[in-house]
Amino acid sequence: MTAATIFFAVLFYAATVILVAGLAYKIVDYARTPAPLKIPTTPAPTTNGGVALRMLREVALFESLFKSNLWIWVFAILFHGALLLVLMRHLRYFTEPVWFWVGWVQPFGLYAGFAMVAGLLGLWARRFLVERIRYISTPSDHLMLALLAGIGGSGLAMKFLMHTDIVAVKAFFLGLMRFDIQPLPSHPGLYIHLTLVALLMIVFPMSKLLHAPGVFFSPTRNQADNPREKRHLAPWAAELDAKN
Amino acid sequence: MAAPEFDVPELKEFRTIPRLAPDVMAHSKPHVASEKINEAIGFPGELVENWQEKAIEKMGDLLGKYRSLKVYLDSCVHCGACTDKCHYFLGTGDPKNMPVARQDLLRNVYRRYFTPAGKLFPKLVGAKDLTRDVLDDWYRYFNQCSECRRCSVFCPYGIDTAEITMAGRAIMDSIGLGQKYSNEILGKVNRIGNNLGLPGPALEDTLLGLEEDVKEDTGVDVKFPLDVKGAEVLLITPSADFFAEPHIDSLIGYAKVFHAAGISWTLSSKASEAGNFGLFNGSYEMMRKVALRIREAALELGSKRIVVGECGHAWRVAYSYWNTLTGVGAGGDDPFARQLQSQLDQRYKQPMHICEFTWDLIQRDVLKFDKEANDHRIVTFHDSCNVARASRMGDTPGGQFEIPRNIIKTVANKYFEMPHGTTHEQTFCCGGGGGVLTDELTEIRVKGALPRMEALNHVVQANGVNFMATICAICKAQFTKVLPYYKFNRGMVGGVHQLVSTAIQLGDK
Ligand code: HEM
Ligand code: SF4
Ligand code: SF4
Repeated sequence: MTAATIFFAVLFYAATVILVAGLAYKIVDYARTPAPLKIPTTPAPTTNGGVALRMLREVALFESLFKSNLWIWVFAILFHGALLLVLMRHLRYFTEPVWFWVGWVQPFGLYAGFAMVAGLLGLWARRFLVERIRYISTPSDHLMLALLAGIGGSGLAMKFLMHTDIVAVKAFFLGLMRFDIQPLPSHPGLYIHLTLVALLMIVFPMSKLLHAPGVFFSPTRNQADNPREKRHLAPWAAELDAKN
Repeated sequence: MAAPEFDVPELKEFRTIPRLAPDVMAHSKPHVASEKINEAIGFPGELVENWQEKAIEKMGDLLGKYRSLKVYLDSCVHCGACTDKCHYFLGTGDPKNMPVARQDLLRNVYRRYFTPAGKLFPKLVGAKDLTRDVLDDWYRYFNQCSECRRCSVFCPYGIDTAEITMAGRAIMDSIGLGQKYSNEILGKVNRIGNNLGLPGPALEDTLLGLEEDVKEDTGVDVKFPLDVKGAEVLLITPSADFFAEPHIDSLIGYAKVFHAAGISWTLSSKASEAGNFGLFNGSYEMMRKVALRIREAALELGSKRIVVGECGHAWRVAYSYWNTLTGVGAGGDDPFARQLQSQLDQRYKQPMHICEFTWDLIQRDVLKFDKEANDHRIVTFHDSCNVARASRMGDTPGGQFEIPRNIIKTVANKYFEMPHGTTHEQTFCCGGGGGVLTDELTEIRVKGALPRMEALNHVVQANGVNFMATICAICKAQFTKVLPYYKFNRGMVGGVHQLVSTAIQLGDK
């Protein structure tokens, strides 16, 4: 067992705990914080089924973004769509036997790696080229893109430039899941890739990546437009009625 | 009109996105509310000594009460999609008028005091201490937002800058940095019953005067009843309708509609105001307090229906919030709500917009019009933000766009739409909403009106439009002031019920 193996094992346990606990904390916190007033951006669906559809369109198609800025939308869809495929492709490292549909996405997942990096570079370019977006960009906005591009770049490098022993990598991760630590191949590309991934997991619950759970809790998007028909009352607001 | 002390932007054929001009509007801020004004509505008279601590405390309180605030402060990815959507940015180029930058004024402080990343690495994530400079920026730029929600239409997560602005103003109020215009009005409505401070007897006089005017004009005894117990409809309308031009012409229009339909109605001296500036200041309690007067009036008068006159933010509060705040609506199963809801006639929508009311009568063929009476007018319609993006009319989403247009097309022959992207839910604010309708903010109001003026100019040039109809008291007041800066006639703006008033046939002469 090398020091590197132990290091990465500890790192991934820690990162997983932070990611899961951090996200759970945030989601519970969002869910518990009341939305005292009806504020859907209208025209809005009048039923819960309609709201579910609206949310689906936002999450799957980025509907509002499409209406507002075509360039951002193109790069955003490219990046997120590819990210989704890449994540699905990576499931093969965590399942044995590999789920059948994970097998199907393998070939697409490969091209998706390039698409993902292309999307990221497009988004990044806007942060330099468009004056307005340059103005609002913080160092963390750039670092987040660098982090994701770094993950994509190092992953592609391992696929096309300097192969690593993926059978051993899989054994390492399956081992982690069973608390039975297996040796990790010693490979600089892999070390970089995995360090960046762990970093991403750690920053996820404390950064703007919270937009992923956040969108589902956005009152302007997740409320039905039915205030005249149904009385909507938050607990802290209901207390005021008792005093009248 | 005196010559302006600022350059009025020029109207262009196609809207362009301005270059950034940092701090060009940094001098623009409203008068600070006096000690007397603030204290009258329960806020500290002037900036408290430990304001910094108190502000953070208030922010924490709001974060626990408003999911919108918490989720929106966390979720923005700085994608920039909203940066060219705000009329105040488009009219000024001041980058702090880009919605995301406006939000960041609050977000940076939130990060610093409430998130691990901002506590540990402030520079990295743009977190900032709440200094006097930051507070001054809040006062400037949270008072250069009309809470119009245009940005929320375009943000991929629906982040609504209005929610952030409201929180910012609520925090400032809580430390004694209130804005004079809004807070003075809140004092008046609490004390007297309307934003203009028009007492009951004066209101009665005004209404009698109107009856005479209409009689002279039409020969018909159209009534403007006040405080009539047992009248079917209680009409709640913005107090500007009682005397301001062109608002009053719409009030006359409502009265004629009631008259022609033979439906008994009344105004209330206790609740002589539909407007509710508690909304603008982000104060739930204040908004509730103002709205409660209407509940009380309805209970006292025994009204069966509550109808709301032409006012954008008032309709938002009425449509979206009254049921929550005061039980005007349906579906409440608690004693507080039931008390009123069992009195209201639930065959009708409660509350109902005057346009829904009139359109319903039109559809049932109750009203007759002489359309040609409006032939001197070539009409367009300005969607008011709070109606367009924060409420509805009728049974289906988008009814708030169709119903007023349907009424216009019923009573006038010549109608043209302003360009796509400037109407419906993408409508541009008049530039005067959300509590900025005050003289010291004239410059930002004029510049913020630019996108609307460009859209209007389009149909003026192409179609000869000479009348812009709208259903908002603030829009009417704002345009009356701003149109001349762009070389338009101030009389171009008017209400939908002003058009109704011109064309309606009263029959019983
Ligand atoms: C429910 C799932 C998600 C939705 C609906 C969503 C949606 C969006 C949208 C609409 C944008 C704005 C456009 C853009 O700049 O790309 C965005 C930005 C971004 N998203 Fe997501 N996203 C999701 C999940 C994720 C995940 C899991 C990650 C990363 C692990 C991620 C990383 C990013 C990053 C880094 C940006 C900012 C890009 C920039 O700096 O310009 N997103 N997301
Ligand atoms: S709510 Fe309206 S005024 Fe305020 S930032 Fe958004 S677009 Fe601008
Ligand atoms: S569109 Fe939404 S997520 Fe993008 S910068 Fe504006 S507020 Fe932030």
